[in-house]
Amino acid sequence: MTTTKLFNEYKELLPEKVLDDIKKYLPDKCTDAKAKIIFETVYGEYKRSIANPGESVGLISAESIGEPGTQMTLNTFHFAGVAEMNVTTGLPRLIEILDGRKTIKTKMMEVYLKKSHSSGKEVKKIAELLKETTLKEFLKEISINIMNMQMTIELDENKMKSVGLTTNKITKTLSKLVKGFKFKEDKKDPVIIVTPSSKDEALNTIYKLKETIKHVYISGIKGITQVLPVKRGDEHVIVTAGTNLKDLFKHDFVDTERTISNDLYEMESMFGIEVARQIIINEVFKVLDAQGINIDVRHIMLVSDAMTMSGSVLGINRYGIVKEKPSVLARASFETPITHIINASLVGEVDKLNSVIENVMMNQAIPVGTGLPGLITKVK
Amino acid sequence: MTDVLVDNKFVGTVKNPEEFVDRIISERRMGKLPLSINVRFKELTDQVIIEICSGRAVRPLIVVKEGKPMLTEKHLDQLRKNEITWSDLLKQGVIEYVDSTEEENVLVAFKEADLTEDHTHLEISPITIVGLTTSLVPFGNFNHGVRLNQGSKNQKQAIGFYVSNFFARLDMDVNLLHYPQNPIVNTAMHSILDYDKHPSGQNVVVAIMSYQGYNMEDAIVINKGSIDRGLARSTYYRPIISEELRYSGGLIDEVAVPDKEVKGYRSEHDYRFLEDDGIIYPEATVQEGDVIIGKSSPPRFLSSLDEYNLTTSSRRESSMALKHGERGVVDFVLMTENMEGNKLIQVRLRDQRIPEIGDKFTSRHGQKGVISIVVPEADIPFSASGIKPDIIFSPHGIPTRMTVSHLIELLGGKVGAMSGRFIDGTIFEGEKEANLRHELLGMGFRENGAETMYNGSTGEQYKVEIFIGNMYYLKLKHMVANKIHSRARGPIQLLTRQPTEGRAKEGGLRLGEMEKDTFVAHGASLLLKERFDADKTIVPVCEECGLIAIYDGRKEKSFCPVCGEDTEISNIEVSYAFKLILDEFKALTVYPKLKLEGKY
Repeated sequence: MTTTKLFNEYKELLPEKVLDDIKKYLPDKCTDAKAKIIFETVYGEYKRSIANPGESVGLISAESIGEPGTQMTLNTFHFAGVAEMNVTTGLPRLIEILDGRKTIKTKMMEVYLKKSHSSGKEVKKIAELLKETTLKEFLKEISINIMNMQMTIELDENKMKSVGLTTNKITKTLSKLVKGFKFKEDKKDPVIIVTPSSKDEALNTIYKLKETIKHVYISGIKGITQVLPVKRGDEHVIVTAGTNLKDLFKHDFVDTERTISNDLYEMESMFGIEVARQIIINEVFKVLDAQGINIDVRHIMLVSDAMTMSGSVLGINRYGIVKEKPSVLARASFETPITHIINASLVGEVDKLNSVIENVMMNQAIPVGTGLPGLITKVK
Repeated sequence: MTDVLVDNKFVGTVKNPEEFVDRIISERRMGKLPLSINVRFKELTDQVIIEICSGRAVRPLIVVKEGKPMLTEKHLDQLRKNEITWSDLLKQGVIEYVDSTEEENVLVAFKEADLTEDHTHLEISPITIVGLTTSLVPFGNFNHGVRLNQGSKNQKQAIGFYVSNFFARLDMDVNLLHYPQNPIVNTAMHSILDYDKHPSGQNVVVAIMSYQGYNMEDAIVINKGSIDRGLARSTYYRPIISEELRYSGGLIDEVAVPDKEVKGYRSEHDYRFLEDDGIIYPEATVQEGDVIIGKSSPPRFLSSLDEYNLTTSSRRESSMALKHGERGVVDFVLMTENMEGNKLIQVRLRDQRIPEIGDKFTSRHGQKGVISIVVPEADIPFSASGIKPDIIFSPHGIPTRMTVSHLIELLGGKVGAMSGRFIDGTIFEGEKEANLRHELLGMGFRENGAETMYNGSTGEQYKVEIFIGNMYYLKLKHMVANKIHSRARGPIQLLTRQPTEGRAKEGGLRLGEMEKDTFVAHGASLLLKERFDADKTIVPVCEECGLIAIYDGRKEKSFCPVCGEDTEISNIEVSYAFKLILDEFKALTVYPKLKLEGKY
């Protein structure tokens, strides 16, 4: 096949993805001449799609995202799946992502499982395993015996079985976490007997313990309040409310390569800035897609790049990327101008007038589009 | 024991709350307790709530006992004969006032036919479900609620005959319709309100059809012949008020033709209409800039004693003149005194407004639109009997808005106009559409109101029949004459040297932030610069210290206030607003140093 020659010829000129696409769609019985025309057309289209020097890509991206954003309804709550899981979507979520908020309203993870576990049989069990559980959930009854200063905790055997716990294990965790009391396991029944170690004010302390012990963490992953097994294609995925990637990855059934969280900063600390960039793109795209808004991904990619190019996630606000702008006037034109001017004067900052807004302020030609090129020849 | 609260204050307890409440109500009906007392047993909180305070909204309802209204045919008879009045009905316990508290425990029937054993009250009339202006919409029960609201909102903006003593009044911003008419299709509320004493529209012939696309997007096409015959003409009145104010030191304004020595003297031409007393004469036709009331004021600050001698040269001109775009005829001049005893002059200006392209009209169903074209009568479509519509309304305004009442009014208006009677379109109780259709058929029309029409320009018959009839149309107070505005060059603000804002000041049309973005997005850098050139200035800058230098016009040379004359000074072109912000930086004790660089 001579088309291979063509492929080699365009290897330098076209990106790999485009070449792959051509390979995929090129008809089998394609003459060389026709293939040549196809390549030329594709190359022409590709060239045409590249942004020209001086194109205001940032502003175009901003308007392209901003304009459809005005059509979004302010508060749209969406129910994902069967179980009632309240998820922040729509404009609030978009603002949350682009502002680079440290604490987001609804933290979520999508836990992918390794091949051996994702078939569906154990999914429910695994899901239960992940969920943070407190003693309250295994309780049948708590009663205090005033006579011998004892508290008896009666446990629910079925519940314990579903997570693979025994009375013995719970007794051990309790005695590790709750200080000042002795925990003893009953021989026959799933009952734990609690006695205070010291004798002073024993009744009072044990009475207080009755309430506090209910909230003692027993098993699962801290921070995960809800779990929801979902079927994605052939495999089963667990969607969780609340995130904790660090503890989650200790479980060997988790596919650490695909599991994601919607918390930018958590993802950044676990995987690095490149992943954070991709998460921003995905999350923004998800929000816009749910609203039925069609925006070219490249606009979102540009925004994401701007947010992450410094090496850490910066929000689009006066504490984030606006603060990083090199021009004093540009910073001053966006919120709290006096602060910026005063601080600039303290260090004698120089504004090189290199970007758009300063030049608009001064009524000079903006260094964009037709205003960008200059004369190379020196005029005496 | 149930708590009893009077006006939210605890007063005591009762054993049997239901009996207690019933007793209060029955005693109120008997006249033993005031009519304004309202009571309710709230089971949820086990309280008896009694309200007697002022300021509660109450509404009258007919009392129903055992499924029968207390108001009988006998009462109605007596009412017709003027033997009893409303208050008699209240005293007899036939009608009572119910407030929002008591309303919780009553069941009100909307119509008499709906009454069952359970009902406690009956609405006096179904019209009470809507408000005052909304009840003026005929056949409103066929409409979407939203349209009903919009229709009544539009009616409030209609030009009409608002008072009959308008000639003696000096209200601000008044419009009067020239030939106001009573609507052919009216409602019960029209007679209750004496609408014939202050009507606000005219009955016009409306055809629902398109006209060469001129009535796209809610626009209406209007017949020039109808306008020439006086349709929807109105007069706009506006008073111009001036007062001889007194200042400290016995100084006073003076209404007179200002002396030529006065500061800010306009031109003789501007004062040409003023009579010897300094006030314009009635029936003078005035344009923008013409002085209506000539006045001069004493100087604002008295700096030296010389100015106390009150020579005219120190006085300021403070006449009342017409602003940009204003015109009219002086209608009425009033000289009087105000409460402080100051001389007060009020001049009423009148301006006839003939409907023109851009004037806003509406029917009573929220179907508003502006005139898009005034068509010569010869080109207006006509029916077989020679009827030409005054207004052509677009059919596209109907389906999405579902204003069925608009169509029924058109039909009813036709019946009323042809039979010479008023049609009752009261909400829920109006005349039946079927009857109207039948009557129309009896008069030799198609029962659906459609007619064969002919193209006014070519005389060809239209392939479809056109729905045509009579409607009550309102001219709204939004007229282009009050709003039209454009500017190429004009006045600028003193501080920023940017164009002024607003029509009254002949202001510019702002090219805002987002509009600017479109230039940037296109990369039209130099075009953007040119668009913002309104306040560009040439500023001399000292290259030494980077501060703005001063140009000395006498020496034709610039010098730096810091470095003196022996320094390199270059002229730069920047926006005046930027020069201003540099000054503001200096006021902030920030040193804005400009470092100049060669352009090439």
